[in-house]
Amino acid sequence: MPMQIGEKEFKQRVTKGLDDNFMRGAVRSAQGRLQNNRASAADELGDWEDWRTLGKEIRQHTIEHLDYYLHQLSEKVAELGGNVFFAETAEEANEYVKNVVKSKNAKKIAKSKSMVTEEISMNEALEELGCDVVETDLGEYILQMDDHDPPSHIVAPALHKNKEQIRDVFRDKLGYEKTEKPEELALFAREKLREEFLSAEVGITGCNFAVAESGSFALVTNEGNARMVTTLPETQITVMGMERIVPGWEELDIVVSLLTRAAVGQKLTSYITALTGPKQSEEGDGPEEFHLVIVDNGRSKILGTEFQEALHCIRCAACINVCPVYRHVGGHAYGSIYPGPIGAVLSPLLSDYDEYKDLPYASSLCGACTEVCPVKIPLHEQLIAHRRNIIEEDKKGSLAEKVAMKGFGQMAGSANLYQMATKMAPILSTPFSSKNQIRKGLGPLKHWTESRDFPKPANESFRSWFKQRNKRGVQHDVRKH
Amino acid sequence: MKVSLFITCLGDVFYVNAGKSAVELLEHLGCEVDFPETQTCCGQPAYNSGYHRETKEVAKHMIEVMEDADYVVGISGSCVYMIHEYMHLFEEDSKWRDRAIALKEKSYELTQFIVDVLNIEDVGASYQAIATYHTSCHMTRLLGVQEAPFKLLEKVKGLELVDLPNRQDCCGFGGTFAVKMSNISEQMVDEKVDHIEETKANLLLGADGSCLMNIGGRISRRDKQVEVKHIAEILNSRGDR
Repeated sequence: MPMQIGEKEFKQRVTKGLDDNFMRGAVRSAQGRLQNNRASAADELGDWEDWRTLGKEIRQHTIEHLDYYLHQLSEKVAELGGNVFFAETAEEANEYVKNVVKSKNAKKIAKSKSMVTEEISMNEALEELGCDVVETDLGEYILQMDDHDPPSHIVAPALHKNKEQIRDVFRDKLGYEKTEKPEELALFAREKLREEFLSAEVGITGCNFAVAESGSFALVTNEGNARMVTTLPETQITVMGMERIVPGWEELDIVVSLLTRAAVGQKLTSYITALTGPKQSEEGDGPEEFHLVIVDNGRSKILGTEFQEALHCIRCAACINVCPVYRHVGGHAYGSIYPGPIGAVLSPLLSDYDEYKDLPYASSLCGACTEVCPVKIPLHEQLIAHRRNIIEEDKKGSLAEKVAMKGFGQMAGSANLYQMATKMAPILSTPFSSKNQIRKGLGPLKHWTESRDFPKPANESFRSWFKQRNKRGVQHDVRKH
Repeated sequence: MKVSLFITCLGDVFYVNAGKSAVELLEHLGCEVDFPETQTCCGQPAYNSGYHRETKEVAKHMIEVMEDADYVVGISGSCVYMIHEYMHLFEEDSKWRDRAIALKEKSYELTQFIVDVLNIEDVGASYQAIATYHTSCHMTRLLGVQEAPFKLLEKVKGLELVDLPNRQDCCGFGGTFAVKMSNISEQMVDEKVDHIEETKANLLLGADGSCLMNIGGRISRRDKQVEVKHIAEILNSRGDR
């Protein structure tokens, strides 16, 4: 499965994450910064909730009419002289791109940041052809230099690394001799990348949003690398997930504002580039040849299901930036190039529960993700829906849990059984407790008491206190209103 | 005003003082409190684990138990939120859905009820302590009760309330999450306990027994000298006991 990263077992990946103090420090400080920036950028608008509602409506309308807008987009692109390919699978997408590259006899390919090409492992496919594929987004470039370390975040792919680690990567792989100052590191990478842009024959970009009405593609960056990728090479290939589309420029304006504010707390990023087809006769620059690859890869099977809202995602990573689970385990622990809450929702949908059964449980359902999502995806509810599917449709729950939950349902659905259970609680727990705390629990409590004490049930339950109190006929101290 | 108390599992079995205080407090504020004895659990453990068929049975039982109540007041934000969610379990059963909505409309969390329904902010409490307050996620984000506990605590004589840093962060409870993903949960609750320690408060307050059980359990394991109490206990302290 291409989007999969890291060790096979979720538990191993989590342990690895929890043990990595460097990573956790880097993630903690990045999260803090991004959360603050996002909050002030949202407050600045004054009516953030109205913007969110608008964002949700735009995404909902677009996804409900996805076939219409994709058709409009592809007609426009074709009119402008571009080529359009609908890829049902990752393999089909890669095959098409490889054929374009082969037909151009291209050896060097410059890429701007794209999660969908990560999802379909396009770089590996092109490298098999013998191509030199260069990532030009600074974060992606760092990871590529670090022996293809996978991204741990969808906006800031190298978020798990601190500046000292980045300095070491550049020193070991590229002979860098300066300090860990971000400016020096960035300048060094810029110089290296400049050479790559000039020699690349094919440029590959992702797509933040396609604009259906004009057949344009908006790319949102802070480094300007997407502009270089789309102006210097003769051939441009743009790869988009099939849901990354808006009807027109007015809607683009709104979703881009939501994206930049929610993602990095900026009113606008340094560069927002919109490109329309190959170079036209009256134009001075741009690619001679343009290819659009629209990737389905599991998306259409989400349409019409209770998970359709997951396709509303604009990949801002705000949910990742507030997620406390992500903060502690890091992106790699999710085992998918889509980490955090949206990754836990999306990965099992694009792949399956066999691969990603654990992810919907990697959440305390605190709802921070839902609260922050700029297009109001009810992320924590989608995680519960996954859990329900795993239990009720996919029948993948553990037997012990199933028995326990059946028992729970019967107990909590019956007053008598419930009261019996609450009466038994203090008696059953007595042998295991010291003072008022249980330090070593059994069964499901075992994991709890590995790190926490568990309270000993009170000797007299509330309900029996209340009953006795009523019998005694307590005089109420009633304040008059 | 007639109030039916929703005690919740943890309140019934573990945090008995919270329930007792809630009864006395509501009576002090002029309410007539009854306790529908056949009430059970809200069903949240099953619901959040994906066992929605089982939850439906629990929900039906609770809807029936509380049908005659004028107001249902619960001492835990997340359990009250679960009651508010019942309607979604009956998307295809309009009869039960309507009954679930009726229950939702009369169900409140304790502090929410005092501030929004009784319109009282000063309950006449006094308590000497330096306290910090944990805002539980479900109560704050999902039930939407954000200000009520603070409005009430600010009026408690003798109580110094200190802001909890990163108070919006989850304590790591999350129901079965604390057991299923106990190592991640441990890191989250540890972070919470560190923040509580930073405040130098000697009392941690909250309005949700599950969070208090989680944070309190970690405080006890780490031998920290911070007392943990439900907000009802403080609001029911009037210096005369």
